[in-house]
Amino acid sequence: MALHFELVTPERLVRSESVHMVTVPGTEGDFAVLEGHAPFMSTIRDGILSVYTNASGQPETIAIRGGFAEVNAQGLTVLAEHIG
Amino acid sequence: MASLKALKIRIGSVKSTQKITKAMKMVAAAKLRRAQDAAQNGRPYAERLERVMASLATRAGGPGASPLLAGTGKDQVHLLVVATSERGLAGAFNSNIVRAARRKAEELSAQGKTVRFYIAGKKGRVLKRFFPTAILADRDMSAMKVASFDDAKAIADDLIARFTAGEFDVAHLFFSKFQSALAQVPTGIQIIPVPLAEQAALKDVAPAAAAVTEYEPDEESILADLLPRNIAVQIFRALLENAASEQGSRMTAMDNATRNAGDMIKRLSIQYNRARQAAITTELVEIISGAEAL
Repeated sequence: MALHFELVTPERLVRSESVHMVTVPGTEGDFAVLEGHAPFMSTIRDGILSVYTNASGQPETIAIRGGFAEVNAQGLTVLAEHIG
Repeated sequence: MASLKALKIRIGSVKSTQKITKAMKMVAAAKLRRAQDAAQNGRPYAERLERVMASLATRAGGPGASPLLAGTGKDQVHLLVVATSERGLAGAFNSNIVRAARRKAEELSAQGKTVRFYIAGKKGRVLKRFFPTAILADRDMSAMKVASFDDAKAIADDLIARFTAGEFDVAHLFFSKFQSALAQVPTGIQIIPVPLAEQAALKDVAPAAAAVTEYEPDEESILADLLPRNIAVQIFRALLENAASEQGSRMTAMDNATRNAGDMIKRLSIQYNRARQAAITTELVEIISGAEAL
């Protein structure tokens, strides 16, 4: 089982996939989310979101602006106002 | 009876009108599909945001909450944000929205409230005729081809700034909800302060396991961050729904126009053929009677 990760902007659902780990630029510091993370909610600052599709590979980076992240039993959801 | 030539010109002119309405219908149909997709794509964000807002608002929405949620404590000045399109020839689309806003305005004035208007879209400017002194702002949307979140955010920021400055107590948003190409429903919703009843209903649907959720920073700060965003999202959705409704409405209107033009051409052709036949008959009678006289 991997982490279910969703990246959503007001315009569209950008990503909805299973990944290994995601690092999120939270307002009070970056945090990484793996599967089975405790329920958590944080606003995010403008920065780089790193998506690790597997444990060894290089991360894929997505620049995001404005929004917040929510972790629940279903996985991680990042709502961003802008990407790229 | 009109002369043959006049009839022919008339038929020609109706035919070219029909060509235009037909083209407009096709363009509207193509744009409608795109607008519908855009509205669909915007749904996940709005749904997730609403769910989070609902669980946060019930936890952090106590006294001392942001005025965007709790209101200013007054209920005197109402702002009606009227979102219309930039172009006409879309059936009753614009007038329906304007009518819904006017009805609400009259209802509020009857209760002794002060009503102000915030116009977004050129076709809402007819309101100036009815309420010349109540227009708070008239936003030019002509540069906007496709509704983007930035446009919605700009409106939301403007509204929030005016709200904070105390220019109004309650804001309603008027737009047309898209149901199908044939049905668009003019709708008015309250956007400021964020209505709580709706959220309470939402909470029943999604009783999030919020009790164990950790917040960073605290709930209040997240809520304060999300409230303006929620308003922008509401406006963005309204703009998207409006875009889809406009195209749907235009498609229907232009389809009707094309059909009417077809009927008219049919009628005029019959008239033209009759007149032509009558002219031939008269000519024949003249020749025959001329020959008989010899």
